[in-house]
Amino acid sequence: MTLQTKEAEKNYGRTKALQGVTFDIEPGNIYALLGPNGSGKTTWMKMAAALVRPSAGGVLWEGEPVCAKTRSDIAYLPTEDFFYSWMTVEEVGKYFADFFADFSMDRYRALCGQMELPEKQKVRTLSTGMRAKCRAAAAMSRAAKVYLLDEPFNGIDLLARDQIMNSILETSSPDNAVVISSHLVEEIESAVNRAIFFRDGRVAADLDIEELRAREGKSLADKYRELMQGKEV
Amino acid sequence: MNFDTSIPIYLQVGNDLKGKIASGQIQPGEKLPSGRELAQQYQINPNTAARVYQVLEQEGICETRRGLGTYVVEEIGMQQKVREEMARDLTRSFLERMRALGLSGEEIGKILKEEENR
Repeated sequence: MTLQTKEAEKNYGRTKALQGVTFDIEPGNIYALLGPNGSGKTTWMKMAAALVRPSAGGVLWEGEPVCAKTRSDIAYLPTEDFFYSWMTVEEVGKYFADFFADFSMDRYRALCGQMELPEKQKVRTLSTGMRAKCRAAAAMSRAAKVYLLDEPFNGIDLLARDQIMNSILETSSPDNAVVISSHLVEEIESAVNRAIFFRDGRVAADLDIEELRAREGKSLADKYRELMQGKEV
Repeated sequence: MNFDTSIPIYLQVGNDLKGKIASGQIQPGEKLPSGRELAQQYQINPNTAARVYQVLEQEGICETRRGLGTYVVEEIGMQQKVREEMARDLTRSFLERMRALGLSGEEIGKILKEEENR
């Protein structure tokens, strides 16, 4: 049940988006995937979701390279909208239910209720924060083994952030893993227990955060600054 | 709750619960939230929440009853002991900071009295 990334490379022309990336995602953890824009976070997520082919190496799920089939175990929440604007909140759920056997409409309804998302409202008329909540509700209503969430808190207010974070904490269990990518470290600091730092398409660190606090007396934000030092942002 | 993110979070949540036990906000024998509920209440990682209870159990403050959940122990004097320990910790760090300001024990005592009578 490990999602293994082994010596993954991805080149776009001459640009090396990922180079020699190796790390494991284990169940029972919530990971922060941290790094500046362009450090390779999204490329890695898309590769793990079998949406981007590796140039070399790659990502293995239960020992096999990820492919269209593994998407039934690995939920991916892209940072942009993935539903049609004419849909209502409720229809987004039905659309998801058609795609994924592990999707629970009951769970989706419950999450929409918690997040104060009106089911009959058209997605087109939702605010940025509401859309982010709708995306998160859809992703967290799946019973996946791995959840890959790309910047789920981008451009939203504190209350929406709390509601989305609660849906993640509610879903997290010893049987699944959650990976949250972000360039805003403070927003996820208390909810994650492991962190993987990307810098220039490489893994700069992979660590346990409570251990970091206990051993080095450092916060995740401190460590981020230390690792990204000298990096032009 | 606002965390000092450079200090282990399980310690901070543990202290918060101990404070509630010491002040009587949580009573001996009372059932504590499940690990999952605790994680959501404090918006912390579920593993961290589990660790909070592990530590409180080791310290004899709470106990897990199989299949039922985690409870504050009903031992006589436990609440008093937690209160005493927390009071001593607070006093120690208070004294440390006052001494760092260059104040003597006598001066600290004087300020304490004055403030109390205000």
